[in-house]
Amino acid sequence: MVLVRRYLRNPAALLGAVLLVLVLAVALSAPLLFPKDPLSLAGRPLQWPFANPRLWLGTDSSGRDIAAQIFYGARVSLLIGLVATAIAIAIGIAVGAVAGFYGGLADEVLMRVTEAFQTLPNFLLLLVLVAVFGSQITTVTVAIGLVSWPAVARLTRAEFLTLRNREFVQACRVLGMGDARIILREILPNALPPVIVYASVVMAVAILLESALAFLNLSDPNIASWGNLIGAGRGVLRTQWYVSAIPGVAILLTVLGVSLVGQGLNDALNPRLRRTLPS
Amino acid sequence: MTILLLALRRLAASVPTLLLILAGLFLLLQLAPGDTVDALMAQMGGGDPATADELRRFYGLDLSATAQLGRYLWRLVRFDLGVSAIYGKPVATVIAERLPVTLLLAGSALVLSFAGGTLLGIVAARRLDRWPDTLISTLGLAFYATPSFWFGLMGIVLFSIRLGWLPAGGYEEVGGGLTGLARALDIARHLVLPSLTLALVFLATYLRIMRASMLEVMSLDFVRTARAKGMGETGIVVRHALRNALLPMVTLVGLQAGTMLGGSVVVESVFALPGLGRLAYESVVQRDLNTLLGIVFVSALLVIAVNFAVDLVYGRLDPRIAAGR
Amino acid sequence: MTKPVTGGPLLRIEDLSVRLPPGADRSHALSGVSLAVEPGEILCVVGESGSGKSMLAGTVMRLLPPGVAPEAGRVLFQGRDLLAESEAAMRRIRGAAIGMVFQEPMTALNPLRRVGDQIAEVFRIHTRLSRSAIRDRVRALLDEVRLPDPDSALRAYPHELSGGQRQRVMIAMALALEPALLIADEPTTALDVTTQGRILALIREIQRRRGMGVLFITHDFGVVAEIADRVAVMQGGRLVEAGPAREVLGRPRADYTRALIAAVPPLAPRAPRGEGGAPILSLAGVSKTYRSGGPFGRGRVTHAVRDVTLDLPRGTTLGIVGESGSGKSTLARCIVRLLDPEAGTIRLGDTDLARLSRRAMREQAHRVQMVFQDPFASLNPRRRAGDLVAQGPVLRGVPRAAALARARELFALVGLDPAAVGRFPHEFSGGQRQRIGLARALALEPEVLIADEPVSALDVSVQAQVLALLDDLRDRLGLSMLFITHDLRVAAQICDRVAVMKDGAVVETGPTAAVFADPHHPYTRALLEAVPGRAWSPTDAAAAPAA
Repeated sequence: MVLVRRYLRNPAALLGAVLLVLVLAVALSAPLLFPKDPLSLAGRPLQWPFANPRLWLGTDSSGRDIAAQIFYGARVSLLIGLVATAIAIAIGIAVGAVAGFYGGLADEVLMRVTEAFQTLPNFLLLLVLVAVFGSQITTVTVAIGLVSWPAVARLTRAEFLTLRNREFVQACRVLGMGDARIILREILPNALPPVIVYASVVMAVAILLESALAFLNLSDPNIASWGNLIGAGRGVLRTQWYVSAIPGVAILLTVLGVSLVGQGLNDALNPRLRRTLPS
Repeated sequence: MTILLLALRRLAASVPTLLLILAGLFLLLQLAPGDTVDALMAQMGGGDPATADELRRFYGLDLSATAQLGRYLWRLVRFDLGVSAIYGKPVATVIAERLPVTLLLAGSALVLSFAGGTLLGIVAARRLDRWPDTLISTLGLAFYATPSFWFGLMGIVLFSIRLGWLPAGGYEEVGGGLTGLARALDIARHLVLPSLTLALVFLATYLRIMRASMLEVMSLDFVRTARAKGMGETGIVVRHALRNALLPMVTLVGLQAGTMLGGSVVVESVFALPGLGRLAYESVVQRDLNTLLGIVFVSALLVIAVNFAVDLVYGRLDPRIAAGR
Repeated sequence: MTKPVTGGPLLRIEDLSVRLPPGADRSHALSGVSLAVEPGEILCVVGESGSGKSMLAGTVMRLLPPGVAPEAGRVLFQGRDLLAESEAAMRRIRGAAIGMVFQEPMTALNPLRRVGDQIAEVFRIHTRLSRSAIRDRVRALLDEVRLPDPDSALRAYPHELSGGQRQRVMIAMALALEPALLIADEPTTALDVTTQGRILALIREIQRRRGMGVLFITHDFGVVAEIADRVAVMQGGRLVEAGPAREVLGRPRADYTRALIAAVPPLAPRAPRGEGGAPILSLAGVSKTYRSGGPFGRGRVTHAVRDVTLDLPRGTTLGIVGESGSGKSTLARCIVRLLDPEAGTIRLGDTDLARLSRRAMREQAHRVQMVFQDPFASLNPRRRAGDLVAQGPVLRGVPRAAALARARELFALVGLDPAAVGRFPHEFSGGQRQRIGLARALALEPEVLIADEPVSALDVSVQAQVLALLDDLRDRLGLSMLFITHDLRVAAQICDRVAVMKDGAVVETGPTAAVFADPHHPYTRALLEAVPGRAWSPTDAAAAPAA
């Protein structure tokens, strides 16, 4: 509870939480406000925002409602962000925990694999995965999760490396505790806070990766996604720049919200006291 | 000398990593529906199955997967990346044509973001919690949250379409017939927006790391020692803190090398730059997996090369490296 | 530099109060402190953690942490009030008229710059000497602080020097411009006892030769007895007592000083008990080496423990003493199999612990338990104190409720409130945490207890309480104990027998009293001679009638 209070005292963190709640509300309310398919024809193409009270964010070059696409796009971004992050965190923690706790050969092998993933530019790997497995939304989500875990694994490993030599862990081994229990019950809870904070970075990157894929027309074309809309607006950039501009702002605000929440969590978990007590 | 040896040892250690990548990718591509021949046939507008079989034999696609992997790796050792289905040229040649553009783009973005991030990070750390820090940190967050392709598009709208200051895309004026310095300046003009676009995200990361690193270093004991010597704050930043604070930044260059190459895919697409990233995009769209694999291979080599350079620089900055481990 | 006002003290602190930021555990770091340092004398400011002694040093240098600021009083140095000086004027004083040496030699030097360059910087900041003149001066300084081979030390990076050598470099740096005042903030606390002895001698010698005033901050009464001309005792930000060293150490007036001195373990060993008992734990030929560098590395081999043979008679305490790197902690970790020894036997009753598989060792784990050094790192911050103590029995199949009930009994046994079992570790003080660690070890009713520096992170008064508890438990429970320590005073207090380790090997072993009275090995002799304040007896001082 101290944590919550510390978090709420930080205005930037509060702003982040508000932004995220807002995006969540947008995502949840999409089917209520826009019962029609967001990718269906809604009116005359390329109407400017606020020109038509029914289509208050205007229409794109195919005559689809931009507002509806923004609302449905929030669902896609959040869903992909959350699921991909969960995948990345799960793989990363498993790899990092085993490598960091056992060291030696296990560490050597797992870190080689991690290094291999980090040596490959993640967006290129994502392209390969999409090229091989296709671009349905599930594939894209899993692919984003698959390219995002190495940093989590490194972070977890580093935490485990320091924690496994902590005296409280040694004490557990002296008591005769088994490895699995030490890893899961003793070390992991202590290693988790920085990983949770880092999850916000993974999620921000996941959302950006999906939008980039969609912008390149390589994500699922049958789903309203912000990146898709930006890509669709490219053709009319010279005159109707709003088609690309509006979804960009949506991405910016969402990722900003995620990042601010992550930073707020970090500050709440590690209150950097700018005072040193006398010794 | 020790530093070079250590860096070389790390370089040698990346050979198994590279093998792992290549084997993994090769197996991944076995899962892909359709192969090079299918792509070729599609390119030629279809053909009879007999021709396809002949082509398969020609490309060695009738062998077992392990034999194919062996042949594939052996070809890579000789830098033979196969033939690009869409360009009808050796993949190595296609990549060599495109590589300079990407290197120029990523290189200038790296310099911009590293220098800018260092400078802004120092300023923010020195003015902690005052307006320059707030401004810089906020800008950093905003840059970080902005998709680079959107930044590029908005840059085009503002600087090319509205203001007409900079070209909206391309690598150089087509048919301009420019040579020497004039051509270099023309290319530079074309690369201003793309470099900035690619640099902004990384600028945000670098400035955040530099700020944190500066704050950390300034709280260390040896900074207190420098103060006790009667040294001024500027002297402490320049002579004691800077070099120590740069160490994590240098590490980050190595870690981000891959991300930067990945980012250039999108940026090159936005600005229609004939680089490696755009090539990767085209080969995905046209299902030219041979070329895609070649690009991934070359990118991995680039990342390894960057990390080798990073090891050398780090070793020069930190004398403990040569002694330790 | 301004000439000192003739006759007056070099440094006079008048009624100084220093405020702490809101939210700290008290409002003021220092309250109404008045002190003086005369030219050519060493004033030791002594106190436990939280006494404000380091803040005092920081205030004189005007190098206080953010949020901490002087509120009232004056700091007169050579007649000038330092609290009223501008920051620019302070910079001219720091490093030139006042030099400072810090506690941690490992971190006080910039790791990326050569040592000679860092000393030369003092001259570059404060003088206009030429490059070659500076070089000569730096070399002369390194000579003066007795660094072996000053020419190569000039070009060395900090990581290439030992802790003691780095502290010599720090002293050279602080003395470079012949300051009138040297502030030394726990300069020997991080060093081994023999190194500490040499550094103290060096400070004393240079101070005599130059007639410099020294403000020496320490927590260690032994060091005070070794070096002080005058002593000021602090507690909770206030000055408790000040006077000539002989007075304060011999006939302390304040109750607090008396209590502190009474808590210092006397170097006189206790009479051994349990002589001739059968050994419960026998080590024979135990060796452990570390290899560094990995498969591609050049593979440096360190012999952390070599061929150690020792017996622990039942119901006694065997001290293992040695300096850092002597292998004493490695040996302890081999016995509980946190590390795997390469050779030798570790016989506990009929079982050779060294031969057991991981799984078999887990079965035997309850027979030998360990108490750790760091009261903050040795308890999982996310578990309640009672759970931590109950953990061992629960692992052995004791029902949780019964284990928790037992934990309450153990809390009472180690002098903690049984009602505190529901609290988290951070709600306890350092000494209380060590008691929790002890209760955790005792919960499994071990045949042998291994204590790895269990009191070295504690303040002296808390240390005395924990030592008394260990002694008491040994008598009541008939514990057999292996006690690892670097502190010969502590060893004298609690160990029936001692084994002295150096570079991984046991160089001497025997009853504590015999070893201390007549050390055979030259290293044992050196260790004993290096104990600070060995000529001074805290027992006599604490018993002396108040002046």
